[in-house]
Amino acid sequence: MVRFGQGRWLDAATYVLLTVGAVAFLFPFFWMVATSLKSLPEIAAYPPTWLPGRPQVGNYVDALTHQPFGLFFRNSLIVAAGTILGDLLAASLVAYGFARFRFPGRDVLFVILLSTMMVPFVVRLVPLFVIFQKLGWVNTFYPLIVPHWFGTPFFIFLMRQFFLTIPAELAESARIDGASEFAIWWRIMLPLTRPALLVIAIFSFQYTWNDFLAPLIFLNDTSMKTVTLGLYSMIGFSGQESWNWIMAAATAIGLPVVVVFYLFQRQFIQGVTISGVKG
Amino acid sequence: MNWIDGGDTARVTPRRLPLKTREAVWGFAFILPWLLGFVLFSLGPIVGVFYFSLTEYSVFDVPRWVGLANYARMLREDELFWQSSYNTLYYVALRVPLHVGLGFLLALLLHRNLRGIGWFRTAFYLPAVMPIVATAVIWMWLFQPNVGVVNYLLELLGLPKILWLTSDLWAKPAIVLISLWHVGPIMVIFLAGLNDIPDHLYEAASIDGAGRFRRLLYITIPMMTPVLFFNLIMDVINSFQVFAFAFIMTQGGPLNSTLFTALYIYQNAFQYFEMGYASALSVVLFLVILGFTVIIVKSQARWVHYERL
Repeated sequence: MVRFGQGRWLDAATYVLLTVGAVAFLFPFFWMVATSLKSLPEIAAYPPTWLPGRPQVGNYVDALTHQPFGLFFRNSLIVAAGTILGDLLAASLVAYGFARFRFPGRDVLFVILLSTMMVPFVVRLVPLFVIFQKLGWVNTFYPLIVPHWFGTPFFIFLMRQFFLTIPAELAESARIDGASEFAIWWRIMLPLTRPALLVIAIFSFQYTWNDFLAPLIFLNDTSMKTVTLGLYSMIGFSGQESWNWIMAAATAIGLPVVVVFYLFQRQFIQGVTISGVKG
Repeated sequence: MNWIDGGDTARVTPRRLPLKTREAVWGFAFILPWLLGFVLFSLGPIVGVFYFSLTEYSVFDVPRWVGLANYARMLREDELFWQSSYNTLYYVALRVPLHVGLGFLLALLLHRNLRGIGWFRTAFYLPAVMPIVATAVIWMWLFQPNVGVVNYLLELLGLPKILWLTSDLWAKPAIVLISLWHVGPIMVIFLAGLNDIPDHLYEAASIDGAGRFRRLLYITIPMMTPVLFFNLIMDVINSFQVFAFAFIMTQGGPLNSTLFTALYIYQNAFQYFEMGYASALSVVLFLVILGFTVIIVKSQARWVHYERL
């Protein structure tokens, strides 16, 4: 009986803590959207008003045309598409090599692959810039996309774990029929790994859509900017008075990733989980 | 006889190599993209950064060999090197324990099988999917010193206003606080770890009369040390690279109080076009991160508990 009562108390305390925490975590979203719908006088008002008096939906139109956001969205989509495609193909190909074939040095190479996940991007920044500058790729999308066609270590790892769960016998009959290893990977294995490919596509999308440092370094022209660079340039262009526009743009560029997260929560959690526990 | 031979060779043409060699060749063929990428985009750049650190280089001409001059300048003449190193260590020292601790605490709360818990998990993860630039502008606005809502809330509670990102005292803690909003991934990794602890351990402990607190102390925490170890290493590595928040919100100010190493590297490389000096800073950052990683790895024998199954 005592124990039961104690459990109730603990449940109640947990709910209180979680509710307070969740309100704090979600409040910035509320404030972003509320601000995005306020008029200029409301932005400057102190004490601030909780809700916009008359929601200014037009702020979104103004914010997204103040800078050519249509173009930025298009650029981000191009980069995302190129990146996702490369990540899917390369991760699957390389992971299959690590999971299904024995060759000298394989395990050492795999450890090297895992350790490259820990090499700080910032440290490689200068040489990478030099490489892409010499290739004449600065101000193109290539520096953002091409490296992904060589495989992203985390995705290769994730995919390898998945391949290890697929029975090797599935490939045997095809092999006896004379199919090449490449054909076996493409026709038999790839379709079986759809759930893992979905996880990779989602993470790859979130990563590129949100990326800031690489676009900042490799893209200079306004016409080449991605959505995150577009949002960044709004701070420079406007003073305190257009925070409603900035929040409208932040809402607009955050919306795609929030929607993708909401639709694919399970895959998100799977991907993050594999990165930690099985690592 | 002859036709058997002929037929056999024809059928096995691609298999003329011994089976083992054939398998190895295919294996290398499959991993070839990564192997190339590793040389081009990881190994090459790391070798490159060491080389460039010994040169003076503006990208527009050829690198000029200067030996250790960049390092001498860094250690002897450059105040900002020391300032940025201090700022970065401050950030790592404050952020890592808070981030890992908050992630663990939330995981403990969210692990409980209560009604509506999935909704809470979503709520705590959601901020982590927001682009870092969006996060930065949202918090700049929340922390706005005059009309910002955080200061308004402080005032309602009868507390003094804080200058947040515009104060050299508060800017670093403010950035740490903002970074905690992205606690989601670390929290989920802890949650997965909690799920993997076998129930029978708790049952046995309960039968022995261990209360909640004791079970936490003697089962949960020891069983979670491998996950904690992983999160700690990754968080230290990531925290040392803090860049975007400071770049967007403060440009390193006020009074260089948020000039972190990664930002200083960026400024040298892409604003002053001192690629050589930026590379020397990168090498030092690389060695410091490596050093911390090695220390944590070495320490694991003392505190990480691996279950022998």
